[in-house]
Amino acid sequence: MSSHTVRLCHLYPDMMNIYADRGNIAVFRQRLAWRGIGLEITEVGLGDTIETDAHDLYYLGGGQDRDQNLVATDLVRHGSALCAAAEAGAAQLYVCGGIQLAGHSYVTADGTELDGAGVLDLTTEAGDSRLIGDLVIDATLSGETQRVVGYENHVGRTRLGSGCVPLGRIVNGNGNNGEDHTEGAVSNHAIGTYLHGPLLPKNPWLADLVLGWALEHRYGQPVPLDPLDNKLEHKAHETAVARANRKR
Amino acid sequence: MDWGDRLGRLCRSTLPGMKKLARYIALGAGWLSRKLGRGGGTTLPGVVMLKLRPKAVAELSADLSHGTVLVSATNGKTTTTRLLGAALPAAGYRLVTNAEGSNLERGVATALLKAGDADLGLFEVDEAALGAVARAGRPAVVVLMNLFRDQLDRYGELETLVDLWKGILDDLDAQSEPPALVLNADDPNIAALGQGRKNVVWFGIDDTTHAISALEHAADATTCRLCGTELEHSAVLVGHLGHWTCPTGDAIRPEPMVAASVIELAPAGQTVTVAYPDASGSDITSPAAEISITSPLPGLHNAYNIVAAFAASWALAQRTGRAQQPHAVADRIGATAPAFGRGETIAVRDKTVRLLLAKNPTGVNQNVRTVLTEPSQLHVLILLNDRTADGQDISWIWDVDWEPLQPRLASLTLGGDRAWDLALRFRYGGFDMDVVTIEPDPAKALDTALSSVPIDGTLHTLPTYTAMLDVRSVLTKRGHTGEYWSEES
Repeated sequence: MSSHTVRLCHLYPDMMNIYADRGNIAVFRQRLAWRGIGLEITEVGLGDTIETDAHDLYYLGGGQDRDQNLVATDLVRHGSALCAAAEAGAAQLYVCGGIQLAGHSYVTADGTELDGAGVLDLTTEAGDSRLIGDLVIDATLSGETQRVVGYENHVGRTRLGSGCVPLGRIVNGNGNNGEDHTEGAVSNHAIGTYLHGPLLPKNPWLADLVLGWALEHRYGQPVPLDPLDNKLEHKAHETAVARANRKR
Repeated sequence: MDWGDRLGRLCRSTLPGMKKLARYIALGAGWLSRKLGRGGGTTLPGVVMLKLRPKAVAELSADLSHGTVLVSATNGKTTTTRLLGAALPAAGYRLVTNAEGSNLERGVATALLKAGDADLGLFEVDEAALGAVARAGRPAVVVLMNLFRDQLDRYGELETLVDLWKGILDDLDAQSEPPALVLNADDPNIAALGQGRKNVVWFGIDDTTHAISALEHAADATTCRLCGTELEHSAVLVGHLGHWTCPTGDAIRPEPMVAASVIELAPAGQTVTVAYPDASGSDITSPAAEISITSPLPGLHNAYNIVAAFAASWALAQRTGRAQQPHAVADRIGATAPAFGRGETIAVRDKTVRLLLAKNPTGVNQNVRTVLTEPSQLHVLILLNDRTADGQDISWIWDVDWEPLQPRLASLTLGGDRAWDLALRFRYGGFDMDVVTIEPDPAKALDTALSSVPIDGTLHTLPTYTAMLDVRSVLTKRGHTGEYWSEES
């Protein structure tokens, strides 16, 4: 039994949770627990502060528009803290609404411009239709390419700057903007993505990669992760990919 | 131009008798479709009629002397419409209803084509279809019960629907005879919709003995619509429904005029005491009379349906000037069995299959609470499909609080097109996977699940909509009884 622990900072869990973000947190907790590694969760809400250097992993999910606007105003206060943490190699995962708020700015449907945290070099504008459906990508991280599957439902059209690279190439679905065949964004150990479903249960490779980064941040060196039985995960993954490939 | 186009033009014209002609064509199309064995009886005539006469709902409902009663909500609209369908004839109304059919505009049009000598329309209306039906349907009463997150891929976010409904109510208020609005005081979003309007009948649950300790994970309306401050709850009843207030003082739960004052829950139903204004008194804005309704419908969510139906019948009586017949109405509500798949039980030889439709997190949380009222060890079958009618985005299963089931589970069978996703939900929820069996095929899943259930035991079955149809078709094909066990062995 190792005595390792990952310290997770969960941003606005009460407001940014619409696409089953709790499933991603459950994956963090269980895949660590099955390996004898602990998870400490700090929940950060409106008006709270983020302690510097106190977290190895940051998570921000998606919310309904009204909640997302309230969060955006508050999140800007944490911009420099989140950028510094990303700089120091902490793992960060921004899902759905999260990717929009992690960028420089988000222009809503009524033309209001919301400032983002500025962790990822990207901007988002509301489009005139929602991009909804199964989403399959080939994701490349740490030199390895793997198929990742989920569901997307967003009105935002995201465009990346030169300071980050896409998480993956579209196999099926719309991704960042429905035009340039890119999905998500990666800079150092910060990932933004529109994939939910939730993202991590069906994509254990990605989950373990992020957890590996978090452990490395905590202990200053890679901590080997024991292999787990991913049979159910792979079955669910295959079903979802097959579903996406079939015309509905 | 082919003959179909010519006919369409003719039917749309203002020539006398064209409405009638369109009606015959639409009904004929439905008849033909059924004869050809292609189904479509609850929608096709309406589709054809709306094609021929786009204002068909307005034209047809003009013949209803009392107008219409419309019921919409995320959860409970089918059951509440069913309760009203049983109750309102007791007050002397001749109903036309879509209770057995489609709740979209075409379903309402189909029902109206067969209105006969009805004097009142009673329609369950899909949340997104409410605008089209309400603006055309001359409503006397509109019942709005709740909005929960549901099928985000289809309806969009909750906010979109709240805004949509606000626009509808604004338009209805501008009519010469605005309808009575029967609104749920316990849902902060619904309460906001009624603020500042004169014609509101608030309903709610006053009894807080069945409150849960905190908001469920899937709770939606958690902040004040006026100022964005987090709402405070002195009682949480179902999802985000309860006794709420904004700490800044700018919004508070309205006092219900028709309220469930005492609720006694039992595994197979409940007794609800409904307090309501006695029409003979001078003050009709606050409850004065009480009536007791004993119903076979389980769970607090059904207490909402019962009190909503009673409130709607009361509001309708105020509008039409007819006597409400509270005792007859209450008796009929109490005598109503669960709607299709909403808690109905089917005997399968010496065991019972109980169907609890699983649509969205709040609804399933209620189903879980209902299942837990059973005193014995539990046998549960969950079936998850992701077809259009179910919602293609299945992430909602992660928002359901399944965990209270865990210590009571004797067997858990997971099936449907997305059974493996369910398996992950329970694996990562920390369930003991030794009691779990995964079998995507619905017939096999049902057999597997039933084989674990002891004689005289109940299989609690939670299917999504199309999975429920699958299960029912399996049960129907087998005549509900027959050689159930031999098929598997």
